[in-house]
Amino acid sequence: MPTRVLVPSGVLGLGFEREALRRGIARRPDAIAIDGGSTDSGPFYLGAGVSKYSRASTKAEWRILMEARAEAGVPLIIGSAGTCGTDAMVDWMTEITDEVARDLGQRVRVATVKSSQSPDAVADAFDAGRLAALADAPEIGRGDIESCRNIVALAGAEQIGEALATGADIVIAGRATDTASIAALPLMNGEHAGAVWHGAKVAECGALCSTRPMSGVVMVSFDDSGFCVEPQAADARCTPHSVSAHMLYENADPFVLAEPGGALDVSGARYVPIDDRTVRVTGSEWVRSNVYTVKLEGAGLAGYQSMLMAVLRNRRYVANAGRWVRRLERFLDGEIGRRTGYDEGAFSLEFRIIGRDAALGELETRGGDATEVGVLCMVTADTQEMAREIAKLVNPFLLHFPLTDEEELPTFAFPYSPAETDRGPLYEFRLNHAMVLDDSMSAFALDTLDAGNGASR
Amino acid sequence: MALLGDLARSIRSKNAGPFTVTVDIFCGSADAYARIRTLLTSERVAGVYRVEAQRVRKFELPDLRVLKFSFPRPIRQGSRLDRDMHAAQYAVLLEELEVG
Repeated sequence: MPTRVLVPSGVLGLGFEREALRRGIARRPDAIAIDGGSTDSGPFYLGAGVSKYSRASTKAEWRILMEARAEAGVPLIIGSAGTCGTDAMVDWMTEITDEVARDLGQRVRVATVKSSQSPDAVADAFDAGRLAALADAPEIGRGDIESCRNIVALAGAEQIGEALATGADIVIAGRATDTASIAALPLMNGEHAGAVWHGAKVAECGALCSTRPMSGVVMVSFDDSGFCVEPQAADARCTPHSVSAHMLYENADPFVLAEPGGALDVSGARYVPIDDRTVRVTGSEWVRSNVYTVKLEGAGLAGYQSMLMAVLRNRRYVANAGRWVRRLERFLDGEIGRRTGYDEGAFSLEFRIIGRDAALGELETRGGDATEVGVLCMVTADTQEMAREIAKLVNPFLLHFPLTDEEELPTFAFPYSPAETDRGPLYEFRLNHAMVLDDSMSAFALDTLDAGNGASR
Repeated sequence: MALLGDLARSIRSKNAGPFTVTVDIFCGSADAYARIRTLLTSERVAGVYRVEAQRVRKFELPDLRVLKFSFPRPIRQGSRLDRDMHAAQYAVLLEELEVG
């Protein structure tokens, strides 16, 4: 018997077509699985331990999926709850689930998988030689680990599977691999492991593997030799090209994907169209590893920021914006320390010229005449007060600094008042490592609870 | 002088985690694939992004007519000096690369 998993979209909060979801539910899937997070939006969410998406849109979409779950009578699974997947975000998602269940008059059994790690425990694992650097990982020491505000381990199919085995209606997992929430049930059912991981990877971004990415919903059917993938929007299609191309997406290696406990190898995969909208894939292999490892993500505080922006429209200043910024930097270098008494090592300034090279910096190869340029000044300092004070100090110079000493003071365009804005804490990613576990559950916490107030499940 | 972006059907870049950039070059035709495969070496890509050539991984996918390069992010995602959170604009440097 094939195992069918309905994937409503690439991430909760991005939206999906209601009609496509209805069509998918009508076809009686065995589970509904969706991802809730990623590192792709940057280190702030993990550092601060918050969601990228608004609570309102998360709740609105989750409500639709909880209704669909009740109709289908199958488990609903979310991995990487609240973008970063910290324990607090699992609690946040559980609270939303309870509110929705009460609204809908549902009573649901919830299993939670928590992924947060104590920095001290991870540092001890590092000292014990149980951390291995992944590709392009930074050099780290014990201090880099201890300085992380949040560290999460990425759960795999084993941990989500344990949660499903409790008989839960809804599984809310903290940080997990993109594929784990889709892969868990078909693996428990004994479907072909290579096909399961490959199909999960293809479907993890929803309809991105189809000709109409925004439609969201796809169904993956796993069996003992391969998988079939089909978009649920009437006018969307999966083709061998759209399906095979998805292994490229946000993936450094298009043939191999590392997961907890092994790796998926798709170099022998064959993609065959079943009809004009469904593709069948066989030949993918799961290569089990000798040791069980989970990937770690960690983010730590790297200072506080304040920012200012001026817009230069005067033709001469636009043409000489680079020279002007360098001259302003030279003037401010030393001046800030002299005026404030702040230690030079406690803060830094960075100017970016929008309209010239703000996206690519030193890598930029194009030049040319701009009508105007924005000069963005980013102040980073040890405290928010220090960053704000420096931004206020820079303010009049960013507004009036002349290109030469022998000219009238210019005044540029400030787009708003006050010109300085606090950006709050700056976080940076500090880990790209795998941690060895003797027992796959040892770094994770599984719990169950009842949510909502309905009479029956 | 042709630009790589004119030879290829499309070029995209994206983070592959916070420490790696990956660039996919969809060549379109078999002829374009064959030509770009020869023109675009790992060394050339390393020069564009100012990373060490031996750290550039090149993948060839003739069935898809895709060439893929993955390399360390020149600046860690979201750190103080990063200018492009998703590394999606890195692709333009290859689109605008002059090739023979």
